[in-house]
Amino acid sequence: MTFWILAPIMVAAALGILFVRKAVHAALLLAVVMISLAFLYAVLDAPFLFAVQIIVYTGAILMLFLFVMMLIGVDATDSVVETIRGQRVMAVVLGLLFGVVLVVGISQVTLGTVVGLDEANAGGNVPAIANILFSRYVFAFEATSALLITAALGAMVLAHRERLTPKQTQADQAAQRMRDYAEHGKHLGPLPSPGVYARHNAVDTPALLPDGTAAESSVSRVLAARGTVRSAPALADDIDDVRRQIAGLDGKSPAAMPETSGKAGAPAATEEDVK
Amino acid sequence: MTEYVVLSAILFTIGCVGVLTRRNAIVVFMCVELMLNACNLAFVAFARQHGNLDGQITAFFVMVVAAAEVVIGLAIIMTIFRTRRSASVDDASLLKY
Repeated sequence: MTFWILAPIMVAAALGILFVRKAVHAALLLAVVMISLAFLYAVLDAPFLFAVQIIVYTGAILMLFLFVMMLIGVDATDSVVETIRGQRVMAVVLGLLFGVVLVVGISQVTLGTVVGLDEANAGGNVPAIANILFSRYVFAFEATSALLITAALGAMVLAHRERLTPKQTQADQAAQRMRDYAEHGKHLGPLPSPGVYARHNAVDTPALLPDGTAAESSVSRVLAARGTVRSAPALADDIDDVRRQIAGLDGKSPAAMPETSGKAGAPAATEEDVK
Repeated sequence: MTEYVVLSAILFTIGCVGVLTRRNAIVVFMCVELMLNACNLAFVAFARQHGNLDGQITAFFVMVVAAAEVVIGLAIIMTIFRTRRSASVDDASLLKY
């Protein structure tokens, strides 16, 4: 029963890996296949492999895939250009042939009655596996440890990058700042924070200079590139708005001001700012 | 039991076609993983068929080897990406010339 529910899902997800353009979607579809496989292992009397499948495959290996995808760019999509002409068609035809041969061949075989693992799993699946693993397969197990150490070392060697230039220390950075100031007159201190003297102190609202113009350097370059920064005309509208409110509120209590992100009850901009 | 082996064969075939058609090295790698997983399913199914745990042990070893392989493979993909700014298997073709 579990099989007939999971098998179509698995085949559909696996086919999806072939067709989706984005690598992240492929990874998520692979996760579906792997978790379904884990459940099939549980159905097949392999509770240890059920746990290992979820922990190692979906937990560790797929996370590794996703990490690497983040490092090399998530939005990288496949190119559709074929370097070998007709490769895609030939691959699909060959794959279909291979699949048909496999499936037809397997269906011809009679496997006999299922012995089942009730006897082998009598003392529990994990102790039974441990018994075999540490007796008959102990040499393979030891070889595995060597393999894992080699893999860890190999990953370190491959991911290591030789430093070609000396590392920039804090003293170097300070000296560079002073040099910039001396040569180009670049401001020494930190950049202005967003929202200063503006109506909102949100990060997408540039700070206002004393003359009422927006300070470009006060908002993150990333936000500016995405185009989510509040534009200068919008800010000018805001300023006009405030000016009108202040003119209309002359002599009234400041508590009647509309709500702003500034101090509670305080006017959004003092009269000096606006002038 | 045959249906499990048939499913395993189908998944293996899909993985095969994926390796042959996809260009992104990471997706190719995922398809290799899919093939390994399909083999594991057959191993576990046959363990139940024959009533001993050797198939499960083999599947366990396949998982260990797959984990080691993924670590090295992804490190290689990252190294190639660092030098060539691309994760496409078609771009790493300098040895051809």
